[in-house]
Amino acid sequence: MKTGFVLRNVEFKNRVLVASGTFGYGDETRDLVDVAKLGGIVTKSLSWKPRDGNPPPRIAETPSGMLNSIGLANIGVHAFIEKKLPYLRTLDTRIIVNIAASSVQEYCDVLALLESQNGIHGFEINVSCPNVKEGGLSFGTNCDLTAEITSRLRALTDKPLIIKLTPNVTHIGQFAVAVKEAGADAVSVINTVIGMAVNAKTRKPKISTVTGGLSGPAIKPIALAKVYEVAQSVDIPIFGIGGITNAEDAIEFLLVGASAVQVGTANFIDPRTGVSVAEGIESFARDQALGDVGDLVGTLKAKKDMSVLQSWL
Amino acid sequence: MIIRDVEVRNVQEVARGIFVLSFVSLELSGSTLPGQFINVLVQKGHEPLLRRPFSVYRVEEETVEIIFNVVGKGTVLLAAKKRGDIINILGPLGIPFGTGGSFRNAILIAGGLGIAPMPILAEHLRKNGKHIEVFAGARSGDQLALDHLENTHIATDDGSRGYHGTVVALAEQYLREHPLSEAKIFACGPIRMLAAVSAYAESVTIPCELSLEGEMACGIGICQGCPVERLDGATRYALVCTEGPTFDSTTIILRGA
Ligand SMILES: Cc1cc2nc3c(=O)[nH]c(=O)nc-3n(C[C@H](O)[C@H](O)[C@H](O)COP(=O)(O)OP(=O)(O)OC[C@H]3O[C@@H](n4cnc5c(N)ncnc54)[C@H](O)[C@@H]3O)c2cc1C
Ligand SMILES: Cc1cc2nc3c(=O)[nH]c(=O)nc-3n(C[C@H](O)[C@H](O)[C@H](O)COP(=O)(O)O)c2cc1C
Ligand code: FES
Repeated sequence: MKTGFVLRNVEFKNRVLVASGTFGYGDETRDLVDVAKLGGIVTKSLSWKPRDGNPPPRIAETPSGMLNSIGLANIGVHAFIEKKLPYLRTLDTRIIVNIAASSVQEYCDVLALLESQNGIHGFEINVSCPNVKEGGLSFGTNCDLTAEITSRLRALTDKPLIIKLTPNVTHIGQFAVAVKEAGADAVSVINTVIGMAVNAKTRKPKISTVTGGLSGPAIKPIALAKVYEVAQSVDIPIFGIGGITNAEDAIEFLLVGASAVQVGTANFIDPRTGVSVAEGIESFARDQALGDVGDLVGTLKAKKDMSVLQSWL
Repeated sequence: MIIRDVEVRNVQEVARGIFVLSFVSLELSGSTLPGQFINVLVQKGHEPLLRRPFSVYRVEEETVEIIFNVVGKGTVLLAAKKRGDIINILGPLGIPFGTGGSFRNAILIAGGLGIAPMPILAEHLRKNGKHIEVFAGARSGDQLALDHLENTHIATDDGSRGYHGTVVALAEQYLREHPLSEAKIFACGPIRMLAAVSAYAESVTIPCELSLEGEMACGIGICQGCPVERLDGATRYALVCTEGPTFDSTTIILRGA
């Protein structure tokens, strides 16, 4: 049974990674999770300088989901290299470093510095975090800017370059086309969906930034539709993300066109979820007598001409 | 730190709306220290989605107890558990209270469900040879859970039992009349109460540790969801789940108090 896949020049042992911001820097769960059974770890978004993040409350539970406004709190790329990377290097899995920044130049500076380090297998670019006032939202919802970041970063690295797209745009497929043309190797779909929660008794928003990013099972239908749209629009690999809690969820993403998946919020309930998803996909494929998990990718039985995408493609 | 399905042994209402749930876990009962908490998945599925954090209340041989107030979805489900039901727990989590050290007198101040870490704390303090005075406050007398505690002084908001007023006012009055030297304060409860304890401790220069509550998604430092502001330090926020929930009162700023 073939479980792995290759992206650019890097081989992943299976198609399940853990998503940025939901698995810390990889060392917090060392006693709980056998990360060697994961395809890879995507780190918390890193910026040039450490970021404090937003004031509390930063999280609120919602029906089958959660809202967050972490504000990209992170230790900064220098502390990451000094304190976290040495441990990550010892792990038998792929390390994808996620980058967030508030200017195009900052994206370039962070990537260039990381490029000089050993033990990093690829980069995922967060252009889409809806939480940060300066940065995130403005890049990821502007197609030209997203493409510009992609081409500037492409010039700096030969490693896999993955652009993580926001669902908070009208036509995510157009963004996928733009970043592909700018040199991206893959896209991650989706980041959190803008949402809001209100406490009726206190008349206050439940998180300090009023609106925040919705994640978890509640967003899975949205994520599936976005992955499907992107898969119809471009032919580069897609990391499907959004509400995955078990193997069946993940397989749905593969069917609609994702080449691999990332597990996010489910890590908060059990950080071993990614491992059980990987194992579950493998046994599903074995039960279906497939030689390669990749045989599932994009095999949804749907009438393409019924697709809503027709209206703009 | 472990993640395990564990078997509920007993659920009992010990005061109005306040339940003690015990479950079997030799791993946890042997390793949990006072002030640490566990993160409980009350049932599988997506409702409620996240785990619920609870202080460890008591450990005895192979059983572990938590005490909780029924306030919403998760605690309604927990209160309805029966012997033999399975819940999933993650723990022990967080930094325990400092029960060693040179102090001789321990002053425990609990507001409402802030009583939760006090029995396990008192047991460790007793083992360390400390003298203990417990101040417990509640809205009314029927919401007090005082089992497994000695030398208790009671305050209620409605005056239905003990001192009529806040538990902090009671503690201040008692300690003014019965000064304790070489003392240390341990407090848990609502944020306003903790702020009052913290101000009192500072005014009489008694070292003080607080146990905080607040929203948590993971409980293990991977979501960045549980910040508390530091008074000073390299970073603006500490994470309550991994750097707390117990903090030296002089190191943090309690907002919303
Ligand atoms: C480290 C830690 C230890 C805790 N120990 C205990 C304990 O020993 N006993 C106990 O009864 N509770 C404790 N809590 C609080 C407990 O986690 C919440 O009461 C519980 O999560 C509520 O779940 P629910 O689904 O019943 O309520 P929900 O439906 O989630 O919420 C109902 C109401 O409770 C409020 N609430 C929810 N979570 C919290 C919270 N963390 N703190 C304060 N208010 C909250 C909500 O704002 C809402 O108004 C602790 C919290 C933390 C962070
Ligand atoms: C608490 C939290 C923090 C997150 N932090 C980041 C981040 O730093 N960078 C990023 O690209 N995505 C971040 N995300 C988005 C997730 O990686 C993922 O795209 C999203 O949560 C949807 O997947 P899920 O439903 O499986 O969680 C975060 C999500 C959550 C819930
Ligand atoms: S609760 Fe997730 S980091 Fe503290």
